[in-house]
Order: sequence, then structure tokens, then C-alpha cells
Amino acid sequence: MESELRERTAALLAAHDPADTDRLAFLQARFDAGLAWVHFPEGLGGLGAPRSLQAVVDAELAAAGAPGNDPRRIGIGLGMAAPTILKYGTDAQKRRFLRPLWTGEEVWCQLFSEPGAGSDLAALGTRAVLDGDTWVVDGQKVWTSSAHTARWAILIARTDPDVPKHQGITYFVCDMTDPGVDVRPLRQITGEAEFNEVFLTGVRIPDAHRLGAVGEGWQVAQTTLNNERVAIGGQAAPREAGMVGVVAETWRARPELRTHDLHQRLLKGWVEAEVARLTGERLRQQLTVGQPGPEGAAMKLAFARLAQELSGLEVELLGEEGLSYDDWTMRRPDHVDFTGREAGYRYLRAKGNSIEGGTSEILRNIIAERVLGLPGEPRTDKNVPWKELPR
Amino acid sequence: MTADLLYSEVEEELRASVRALLADHCTTAAVLARCEGPAPYDPALWRKLAADLGAAGLHVPEAAGGAGASLRETAVVLEELGRSVAPVPFLGSVVLATTALLAACPADPLTAALAEGARTAALAVPLSTAPGSAFPAGVRVDGAGTLGGRITAVADASAADVLLVPAAGPQGAALYAVEASAAGLGVVPRTSLDLTRPVADVTLAGVPGRLLAAGPDAEAALQRALLTGAGLLASEQLGIAEWCLATTVAYLKERTQFARPLGSFQAIKHRLADLWLETVGARAAARYAADTLARGDADAPVAVALAQAHCGALAVRAAEECVQLHGGIGMTWEHPAHLYLKRAKADQIALGTPGAHRASLARLVDLPAPVSG
Repeated sequence: MESELRERTAALLAAHDPADTDRLAFLQARFDAGLAWVHFPEGLGGLGAPRSLQAVVDAELAAAGAPGNDPRRIGIGLGMAAPTILKYGTDAQKRRFLRPLWTGEEVWCQLFSEPGAGSDLAALGTRAVLDGDTWVVDGQKVWTSSAHTARWAILIARTDPDVPKHQGITYFVCDMTDPGVDVRPLRQITGEAEFNEVFLTGVRIPDAHRLGAVGEGWQVAQTTLNNERVAIGGQAAPREAGMVGVVAETWRARPELRTHDLHQRLLKGWVEAEVARLTGERLRQQLTVGQPGPEGAAMKLAFARLAQELSGLEVELLGEEGLSYDDWTMRRPDHVDFTGREAGYRYLRAKGNSIEGGTSEILRNIIAERVLGLPGEPRTDKNVPWKELPR
Repeated sequence: MTADLLYSEVEEELRASVRALLADHCTTAAVLARCEGPAPYDPALWRKLAADLGAAGLHVPEAAGGAGASLRETAVVLEELGRSVAPVPFLGSVVLATTALLAACPADPLTAALAEGARTAALAVPLSTAPGSAFPAGVRVDGAGTLGGRITAVADASAADVLLVPAAGPQGAALYAVEASAAGLGVVPRTSLDLTRPVADVTLAGVPGRLLAAGPDAEAALQRALLTGAGLLASEQLGIAEWCLATTVAYLKERTQFARPLGSFQAIKHRLADLWLETVGARAAARYAADTLARGDADAPVAVALAQAHCGALAVRAAEECVQLHGGIGMTWEHPAHLYLKRAKADQIALGTPGAHRASLARLVDLPAPVSG
């Protein structure tokens, strides 16, 4: 399989020399050659190959100077929408959505969280009512990254208020160009508006854009959420990658800033970062030999804690300079730029790491209940119709 | 990174064998009973483990009379010994003494005797000695070639047939083998914090020794033993932490208060989730240390310091949580939690404290301390 992939990669490069091929045209050709995500089925950008072999293709293409598909900007589509569409979508949906998603022609966003439904996501109140073969959606979503650049959204909405909250939810693909979709920037702690509020008023979604069965949206959403957590914590990285490397470099370059207290904290943070890196490396080795461990659930939790500790340490290390901030201008960036901004930005933005994509509290519950097998907490919302729950 | 952080099939089979042996011969009730008796070590268990199962010679080359496996396999044995706080001199004899001997003179007949489990040895340094420490000067060789001096808190000394003694010889650093039966040698057991790995004070008064290595060779052999000991101790600490976490989780699923299982309270669940997260990290760090030591990788000193900085503190925290979350039962002598707490706390000091290893890291990865202030 590996040699076949190498041959296919060489053939792609021979037919579409990256030096004189348009970026988008190259990406489309790569998708059509099955080299986009090799573990996807044939005809959908893949070849049904083992996921681990993607690295072989990526390395050869990178060496040849082939253009990338910028996962930073299209991360929600790649990490969350694509695996969900692959698992629950109809053939027509897969053929319509996956190719422009992968090439970045169409950006995706995720319409999940609501003002009253964050960690308790299944409490959501956005309604979808069937009118002929079209669903009419009304409600409000919040914390929506990329909504201002997105062509499509994955959306969960309540389709049956008379059953318990997890049962009455349905999963849709929402057209962000629909006139009922109103995207408003949500300015945040850093001063910029990376997220949005999205108001949905009489948005009309054809039933053909439903993912999975009516009333089974919660199960579909689990696929999205599990992939979100893996995407956040799962990348391979060299020693001192990320926040710890930024602080370590400042420490080495600026001896006048060093104090004994910060030295101890830096060493503890360095140890924790390296242990987290090795844990991620061990998880990847387990995946490669087909023995996935439960460590994936741990990675995002560890990442959030480290990012917060080290970014706070960095601001303190800078002393007087830590009193300044680089830019409070209201901007609408399309990705989080941890390394392109200054220490104060990193400190403030890292506060979101333990909230976005599942709070650290929810992740600890997941570890305690699913990995350690501890009993769930008593619940007062079980078997109660959604419309009777206090809100 | 070329390090292999997983366990091979052979390693898992070895783990199963060691675990089965310990299940039969090293129940916590048996360990508790032995701790109160006059002989803290279990010689029958030691013979089965070291000789019958071959655990003493795993990392000894076949040419030197061993199994020709590697320190990775020895580390797996330590995980299981930590999980059962087994009262056997594995760390002192197999890890510290055998590694020193292999580095000093592998062809020495004593190597094969240790690898076969026919004899037991101890490395005569305080168990608290960190890798990188100055060569000890407490024992001196006199003009007649006999050894005199005192070494405190030596691990597994009272179970040893032979002591490997670092000494200040005529040409500087030297490593001697001293028979436990030699006239003038005293091994005085201390009342140890760790009931399952006692330490003893060793006194030498004109004791004859056999020179194993001198000068830089002796220094290198001692450093190799200390670095290997510290690195592999992380696997024992992992085993301790895993037992404490598993035992605590099992208890909290059963124990009811306020008409609910205690394990259903979110405040408790979150503590255990954090502990699990650190234990998962300890497994990665301990495997990395064992793998780099086994391959002689240049990153081994970083890997060892990292593993000790993390695993030493983790084992203590896991044992402290185990005592706390068992409530009053955790404070009793009958419940084995205290054996794990005592081993974990002693292990935290053994072969360098987490703070000492962080200081090593500061040098190794170029994160220097402030010059003044």
C-alpha cells in the first residue's frame, strides 16, 4: 500500500507540477487522486488506506513544494464537519460537500453552542419545524468561529420539545448565505472578534441537508465533538514546540529578567510540557499499531492547563514590558495567532483553552466516567420532556 | 524521535509472568505481615523472581551470563514490583549493583552469579545519592589495601551477599567488591520510613576488598548505575501510582455516603481525572527513560531527569490521595495504603529528589538559574 501511495503521489506531481499549477487546481487534482485524506473512501478524496500512511504522502508533497490546503483556516470543516459527513451523510451529501471542504473553497463553521446551552449542550433551544420538505429554523447561536467567512455550517436544533432533551435534537447542514442568517461579531477578552453570535430567523433548510435521522442529532453530534477534541490536542510536535518554547527562548535571551521563583516555575512547566509531548507521542504510536488508548481525552486538558500556566509566567517574566499590550483594535481574524502576537495576547487568549471545545470540567467528567468508570452524578433532567425543564 | 514508548509483546508476557508470581506470593496481607516480623525481605519470592523467572539477568548480556534482553524489560519488572510494594532487593541488586558491575568489569564472575540470581549485591551509596553527585569520599583504602569508613542509608544492604563499595583508593576513585561475611564489615539496619525497602548503615574497619575498577572507569561505573537506577525507579513509581489510583477508584465506586457512591461526586471525580492524567504522563516519561537508557541514547540524562521530576512527585501524590480518599480506613495499619505512601515518599528522595532533577534539567536543556538575587 505504501509503495502504491508513493507511485500515485509521484504521478500526481508529474501531471501537475506545483511550480506552474494554480494552487486550487493542484488541490483539486490531489483530491481526485485520492491523496487528500488517504483513509477516506475512493472517490471522496481517499483510497481506503490506513490513516497512518497520510504522513508518507504529506512528506513527499511537502518535499516537492506542493501547496497545502491551509488546515488552520479550514480546521472546523476538516476536523469536525468532514468526519461527521463521512459517517452520517448520504452519498449525495458526501459528493457535494467533501471536495470543496478539503480544498478550502468552502469554509465551514459549527452552530452548536447557545447562550443557554454551553457545557449542557443538549439543553439547546434553537427550533427547527418541518414545513413540507423544508425545515424552518429560529434561534440564536454563540461562540461561532469563522461564521463570518463560512459558506456552510453544521447545526444542531430542537425538532421535538415533547421528549427528553437528548432525544429531540436533529443535525443539519445550514447554508450561511440564507437571508435568515445574521452573523454579528462578538468582541472578546483579547479585544478582537474571533468568534460571532449567529441569529437564525426563519432560515429554510431543505430536508436533503439533514445529517442522520430526525431526533438522532445528539448521537451525530458526538462524532463531531469527539473529533474536535482530538483535533485540538493531537498534533505531533518537537521538544519545546508551542508556548513552552516561547517562554524558554525569552528566558535564554534575557538573563536580566530571571528570578529564582520564576526559574522554579519555568522548570516545572518545562517538565509538564515535555511529559505532555511524550504522552501525545505515545498516543500516536498506539494509534499507528492499532491500539488506541484513552489518552486522547487527556491531551486537550493537559494542553489547556499548560498554555495558561506558561503564558501567565511569560507576562510576569517580562516585568515592566508585561504592562503593555500590542493591539486592542477590534479585528476579525480568521484564526488564532498565538505566536504572531505578544505575551499579553497569549495570556488572555489561553484563558479560552479550558472553555472552548469542551470545558476542562466536562473533560474531567468524561475521563472519570468513561475511562475510570466512576458513577454518573444524579440527574434531575433525565426522562423529563425538554419543554418542562427549568430555563 | 526514534524512541519506542510502547510495550512489546515480549514485555507484556514478562509482565504477566511477574504479576502472576506476585499474585501468588506477594499479597498485600503477606507484605504487611512480613513488615512486622524480624526479616523484612521475602527470600523465597526473591529466589523465584530472580532465579526461576530470570528477572535478575534480563539486562545482562548473554556473554556475561544474562538473558540479553534490555533495561526496558527490567523496567517492566519494576512496574510490577512497585504495584505490589514487593519486599525484594531488586533495585539494590539487579538495577544498581549489577549495572555498576556491568559498567566496571562485565567479565567478572560475580556478574553471572548476580544475573542467575545465585548471589545478591548492593551498591554501597546512600539511596538518596543523585546522578551527577561527586564520587563519595567516605570510604578510604589504606596502605595495606583494606577499606575503612562508613556509608549511611544503603538500600538492600542487609539482603546482600556482596557489597560494591565506591572508595578513595591509591589512584583516586575506585570500586571494590566486599563480601558481606568479611571480618570488620558491619551492616546495621535502620528503622526505615519505607518498611518494604529497608536501608542500613554500612561500616568498614580494615575490610579486605577486591578491586573492580579504578580512576575514571570507577567514576563512570558509579554514574552509569545512578543514572540507570534513577531512570528505572520511574517505572516503579509508575507502578505505585497505578495501584493507588486503581485501588482508590474501586473503593469510591463502592463506598456510599450521603446516599450516593462517593465516586459520583464531581469534586472527587475531578481529582481522580487529574491524577489519571498525570499517571498517563508518567507512563510516557518512564517508558522514554527506559528506552533511552536501553539504547544508550544521548538524550538519556534529560529523559531520566524528566522522568524523576515528574514520576517522583506523582507517586507521592497518588499515595497521598489514596490515603485521603479512603477516609479513616486509609489511616489504619490494616489497609495497605500506608505501605505505598511510605515507599512513594522514600522513592521521592531516592536517587535524587524532583528538585534535584529539575536542577539537572536546568543545566541539560540550558535554562540557567539567575546569577544573583
